[in-house]
Amino acid sequence: MANKTAVNEHHGFPWKHLIGFVLSIVLTLFALWVALGTDLSLTWILIIIFGFAFLQAALQLLMFMHVTENSTKSNLTSRVQIGNILFAAFVAIVIVIGSVWVMTAGHAKHDKHDEPKTENQENHGEHESH
Amino acid sequence: MKWDEFFVTGDPLIYGADVSIVLTMVGILFYLTKFKKWKWLWDEWLTTVDHKKLGIMYIVSAVLMMFRGGVDALLMRAQLAVPEANFLDSQHYNEIFTTHGTIMIIFMAMPFLIGLINVVVPLQIGARDVAYPYLNAVSFWTFFIGAMLFNISFVIGGSPSAGWTSYMPLASNELSPGPGQNYYLLGLQIAGIGTLLTGINFLVTILKMRAPGMTLFRMPMFTWSSLVTMVIIIFAFPILTVALVLMTFDRLFGSHFFTLQGEGMDMLWANLFWLWGHPEVYIVILPAFGMFSEIISTFSKKTLFGYKAMIWSMLLIAGYSFLVWVHHFFTMGSGAVVNSVFSITTMAIGIPTGVKIFNWLFTMYRGRIEFTTPMLWSLGFIVNFVVGGVTGVMLAMAAADYQYHNTYFLVSHFHYVLIAGTVFACFAGLIFWYPKMFGYKLNERIGKWVFWIFTIGFNVCFMPQYFLGLDGMPRRVYTYSEESGWGPLNMVSTIGGFMMGIAFVILVYNIYYSFRFAKRETTGDAWNGRTLEWSTPSPMPPFYNFAKIPEVTGLDHFWKQKQAGKVEKLKAEDIKKIHMPSNSGVPFIMASFFFVAGFGMVFDWMWMGIAGMIGVFGTLIYRSFEYDDGYYVSVEEVIETEKISK
Repeated sequence: MANKTAVNEHHGFPWKHLIGFVLSIVLTLFALWVALGTDLSLTWILIIIFGFAFLQAALQLLMFMHVTENSTKSNLTSRVQIGNILFAAFVAIVIVIGSVWVMTAGHAKHDKHDEPKTENQENHGEHESH
Repeated sequence: MKWDEFFVTGDPLIYGADVSIVLTMVGILFYLTKFKKWKWLWDEWLTTVDHKKLGIMYIVSAVLMMFRGGVDALLMRAQLAVPEANFLDSQHYNEIFTTHGTIMIIFMAMPFLIGLINVVVPLQIGARDVAYPYLNAVSFWTFFIGAMLFNISFVIGGSPSAGWTSYMPLASNELSPGPGQNYYLLGLQIAGIGTLLTGINFLVTILKMRAPGMTLFRMPMFTWSSLVTMVIIIFAFPILTVALVLMTFDRLFGSHFFTLQGEGMDMLWANLFWLWGHPEVYIVILPAFGMFSEIISTFSKKTLFGYKAMIWSMLLIAGYSFLVWVHHFFTMGSGAVVNSVFSITTMAIGIPTGVKIFNWLFTMYRGRIEFTTPMLWSLGFIVNFVVGGVTGVMLAMAAADYQYHNTYFLVSHFHYVLIAGTVFACFAGLIFWYPKMFGYKLNERIGKWVFWIFTIGFNVCFMPQYFLGLDGMPRRVYTYSEESGWGPLNMVSTIGGFMMGIAFVILVYNIYYSFRFAKRETTGDAWNGRTLEWSTPSPMPPFYNFAKIPEVTGLDHFWKQKQAGKVEKLKAEDIKKIHMPSNSGVPFIMASFFFVAGFGMVFDWMWMGIAGMIGVFGTLIYRSFEYDDGYYVSVEEVIETEKISK
């Protein structure tokens, strides 16, 4: 590696990233404040921080993840992009809905200590030893 | 904290380890200083961004970790060889099975495969490096530092002992006090950063940096399997990251995500762990499938049978791998509906895997098979892996699983898929691409001894465990009674385990033997290969890989060129200046700060944790303002290099 010729390309200031970064931190701090620093009921706190979570996700996709980038250059890139987004949605749905389902069906429902035990339809065939 | 709480004391095995660690360190420092190798180490290895060198470092680390994990395994087998043995106490045994599992999956299997991917994939697709060479160095060093942080636990502070799955509440502060479990959390977290970055890096590399003419459906099967693996990594690893962060908060900052108090959900940890853990299983098996495909095709002298079927089954596996996680805890009792659904998805995932097995068999059908060592490992894989697969389908039936759960039947099943799948592939791949990396083959005669001793030892070790499991022997017990009648089969199993250990020692000896005596290889095409990596010179292609990027016209391009007798000769007028990335010491320094931060958090010394993280962010900021876009290699230098190495 004797003869090194440096290569230099300089791009403009990344305003988009900076704004996205600051906004995502502000949203996080605000969610923290809503949860710890306000006297709202649990339901409202959940609704608000879920709202923030979706905003946060949208922000990340827009500011950092090139979600609007629509590639006219190659067919492959846009197909990969669409496949990627669909698979991401699939995994996200599996994780969230799957976890809620698995953790609330059958015996697992007893893990919620604060709620009255209610029999749900699907598990009446299960043995109930605990 | 007093010094005797800081260092692990009281066990002669640990003192032995202390002495050997100190001696090794002194030996390395002495060697580096005496032979003035410090600058060489820094320039050639610690600051390198070359995918081939990073790959070799991954593989070396993985072999070291295989040694550590293997010693753990032999200690366990020694303890279990006879009933009511007193070789290890229960705490020590728990620590050892925890580190054995964690090290073998996270710090052996994954880095071994990622190492081979690093060396081979850019060469297979005709690229000069990966898409983000700097990030690749960050990947390696965070993995390495995570592994080191995890490994020092057994001499400093004490090892984790809650199993590699670290179920709550066992892993909580109440039941696992002390820093041990924190080592698990922080070690995996830091290494996980590296894995996630590798996922992104190679996804982009494979999609964006293929040589002209290499469409997706002309890629070699190992590259395809790597691509699918990277997709799974990108979607599975964030789950582990989040779960680890939550448990870290539970242990260090008193939150209640998984605790028994404060409305925590202990089984949610198991749920999240396996949401990552099952895709993880496919992360370590798909690259193995890819390697076997290359090796079987090469030594059958035939194009891979069912190329597209292979790809579609891998894509199916990638999707299915996210739909089966509950089969790891059927006995939690989520109810008949949940268990039935996950039973069915688990059995379904066996279908694409079966498709692949048949494709390998048909690839060999009417081929001119050459029984080289890599081929032997591949054939051994097919036979033994099928045993693991069939018992897997048995375990998939939720009702039957209530019987198999937590017994040695399960232990034997996952060793049959992970050893016969992943470990056989690591050995096969290492031997297959060894001449590409080092310029000579490993001795075939010794290699065949290793194969037979290891494979027979493997079956002697694990086949009895199926029957121990059916006989009711639970896993994770440090001893058992005489009356249980499990003694004889356990003794057989231990003998098998030590045979595998002997085979590993012979393998290492073979590396030394071949380094001394093997015939050096000059063509770069040691096995009469089919794919582009064999068109580059050996040992180790020059740092820019290809002086001229090849134009690919079809599957097995290099093979077809050789058959048609028109392998291109490199001409001086074809050479243009080559753009390459600069080396950087920042990834190594960043990872060192991660070590400081991780070590501080393990002991709950927040000042140290914060200081380390400031260092990490410092290196990130430094990098952001560093405008180094690499350099050009001049035409004269390329011509000179090619003459030397051709």
